[in-house]
Amino acid sequence: MKRPRAAYDDVVIAVPVTVPYVRHSIRGAHWFLARALAELLKVSGLGKHQIDGLCVSSFTLAPDTAVGLTQHLGVTLRWLDHIPMGGACGIVALRRAARAVQNGDAQAVACIAGDTNHTDSFRLNLATFSQFARDAVYPYGSGGANASFAFLTAHYMRSYGAKPEDFGKLCVAQRDNALQFPHALMKKPLTLEEYLTARPIADPLRLFDCVMPCAGADAFLVLSRADAEELGLPYARILSTIERHNAFPDDPIQYRGGWALDRDELYAHAGIGPQDVDVLATYDDYPVISLMQMEDLGFCEKGQAPDFVRRHSFGVGGSFPVNTSGGQLSVGQAGAAGGFLGLVEIVRQLTGQALGGAVAGARTGLASGFGMINYDRGLCSGAALLAARGGPS
Amino acid sequence: MTRPLVRPPRKNPILRTRVPTLPPGGRSRVALGLTAGAARGRFELQVCRDCGAVQYPPREACLACLSSRLDWREQDGAGELLSETLLRHSNELFYRERMPWRLGLVRLDCGPVVVAHLHGDCEPAPSRVRVRAALDHAGQAALTAIPEKDTPNMADDRQLREMTCDPRFRKVLITDAKTPLGQALAAALAAAGADIVWAGYAEPWKKAPGFELLASIPQVSLLPLDLTDSRAVKDAAGEIGGRVDILINTADHHRNTGIAARNGVETARAEMDVNYFGLLRLAQEFAPAMRARGADGQSSAVAWVNLLSIFALSNFPPHGTYSASKAAALSLAQCLRAELSGAGVRVINVFPGPIDDEWNQLLPPPKIAPARLAGDIVEALRGGAEDIFPGDIAQEWLERWRDNPKALERELAAAR
Repeated sequence: MKRPRAAYDDVVIAVPVTVPYVRHSIRGAHWFLARALAELLKVSGLGKHQIDGLCVSSFTLAPDTAVGLTQHLGVTLRWLDHIPMGGACGIVALRRAARAVQNGDAQAVACIAGDTNHTDSFRLNLATFSQFARDAVYPYGSGGANASFAFLTAHYMRSYGAKPEDFGKLCVAQRDNALQFPHALMKKPLTLEEYLTARPIADPLRLFDCVMPCAGADAFLVLSRADAEELGLPYARILSTIERHNAFPDDPIQYRGGWALDRDELYAHAGIGPQDVDVLATYDDYPVISLMQMEDLGFCEKGQAPDFVRRHSFGVGGSFPVNTSGGQLSVGQAGAAGGFLGLVEIVRQLTGQALGGAVAGARTGLASGFGMINYDRGLCSGAALLAARGGPS
Repeated sequence: MTRPLVRPPRKNPILRTRVPTLPPGGRSRVALGLTAGAARGRFELQVCRDCGAVQYPPREACLACLSSRLDWREQDGAGELLSETLLRHSNELFYRERMPWRLGLVRLDCGPVVVAHLHGDCEPAPSRVRVRAALDHAGQAALTAIPEKDTPNMADDRQLREMTCDPRFRKVLITDAKTPLGQALAAALAAAGADIVWAGYAEPWKKAPGFELLASIPQVSLLPLDLTDSRAVKDAAGEIGGRVDILINTADHHRNTGIAARNGVETARAEMDVNYFGLLRLAQEFAPAMRARGADGQSSAVAWVNLLSIFALSNFPPHGTYSASKAAALSLAQCLRAELSGAGVRVINVFPGPIDDEWNQLLPPPKIAPARLAGDIVEALRGGAEDIFPGDIAQEWLERWRDNPKALERELAAAR
């Protein structure tokens, strides 16, 4: 018999931190992670010794892991995790940290994700991303994720009638959101015309369908509600979370992610439905995957996302606010921090700390993660439903 | 439809010759199983001996039942193109210099989904395709999806031509064109559209029937070349070395003797002088220019073919010293392959069974006819393999050798 899941009673997420992104950096990943932790301490008022748990995600930390980082940053911990799950790392970090705090294995867990980006580090990371990538993908054109998402996008368009304009509408809306977000690397407005006529990268993908790799870091703190209140920290409550790895392995090509397998449990566990979500952060390295998340997380039926996109607007004042900081497509993809960006933004929206546009009266937010194109598809998916302090319980 | 290749214009000598770059060559050891099959012209995938599951990419365990008993078995490659892209941006120089590049995602009828280079004549997805494994410029197996049925000029596809050593519009040197095989090769290469065929010959005082007729083939140009003469090899390389796109070393000295049947080392030395040192001399003089011309436009230097023998795998005592010279040549050819690998020039080793010629007079049939062997060599150039075993005898010996090399050694000893 399936055992019931415990609620995340009295565990909260707080202190959303972004270390400003830069296109290229001569620093190491350690520098960005250190800045993230320092900012986390500064904002929270906690001393280094008061952080007893650390959760790290980074692609460019090698040869170190989270272990090396403890000595590098001079922290003594009783709980440590390293989550190499790319775009799902934020959700998974939250899940791990929340249970550790809930069960008393740690009191305050700093979750940090970040990467550097030298001019050649992106290529080197691609070439050795995974054994399957090295053996069976990278030798074929060496296009990286662009080629993989081109396959998925072409197939999705053919199957469900999505048009370039549909993806474009989302990208343009996110750029509008980004123009208000101080850390976004993309500072220029984007028109649909510019989107549609941009340089082709891997048909059907064009330039503005693809994230820009950059350097940067994001972080958040997981602690008990009582501690957060004592510290005077604005926080969001955790209603439910899910993660799934290698979902639907028999699908010949990815048209859905693990969310489709787990979303009923997500909403049942949270006690709410998709209609209750005020603000959504999709994992958005390419727009097709945002459309899949809208379907798989229950905002519309499978194959209906193109129509859903046509019917909605995605700005902070829109009918369906999505990626209100601009998302990775307009802020940039700072490696593993891309798995934190949406989650951190949802926390900001629910705690009245938005750095850019704020969704008025946002009580419930959903952050979604998706990561690791190991071979022909993304393997990791996850989502977290969060609520503002006085929101649904 | 693929547009037929047109003869490239003469090379502008003022322009810099582009330095060869390679597609990514890193593979896990288990993935080299695919390369081992492709090296022999076969598309093989891992098949679980316990549950029969077929899988790709290569793994250390069966995806279905976790068994470690995985065999590489030949597949027919039939499948459906699920999706495609035309890649216009690459992170690697090799592809960056060759953009755009068409790629497909194919579901094989036997189960797995593969990423493959996609031939220009494949219909848009969803469509039926055939997947083939061939060695790419890095010498590693690469999968290419081609149309379900052959199309006109399909060998001229720009991407496919990067995977093959097609002689069309290329310049070929046959080191010894006097033999029946050499003559048949010259004719076959001319028929295959080679631009120039240099027909090498040694010992001009020794007339070979038919050889002079070669000169009547328009593409053929006779070239004095004696592989036992270091100076002659150097001179030939000085004259044509910078233009040879495909070198086919057919020079072969063959006597029927073991150890006890003949005193002294003169015969064995003569065999080694042609079969081993001849290759070494050739490689020292011709390989450097070919290495530099691995990316020299549409008709770059692409292949070096060695006529070895199935006897190179395991000694055939009645032709014992000859076998030894071919084994030495095989070892040297592996060295040459390593040294040419950085330029993407493929070293193709040909391991025929006994050729139907005078030095194999006493061997019973089947013996491979020179014209048939020439055809197989041209086919190998058009394909993606690097080790070929033409003829029934070679195929059988190979199978016996792969199955149990010690058993083959005993069987050949008994043939004495």
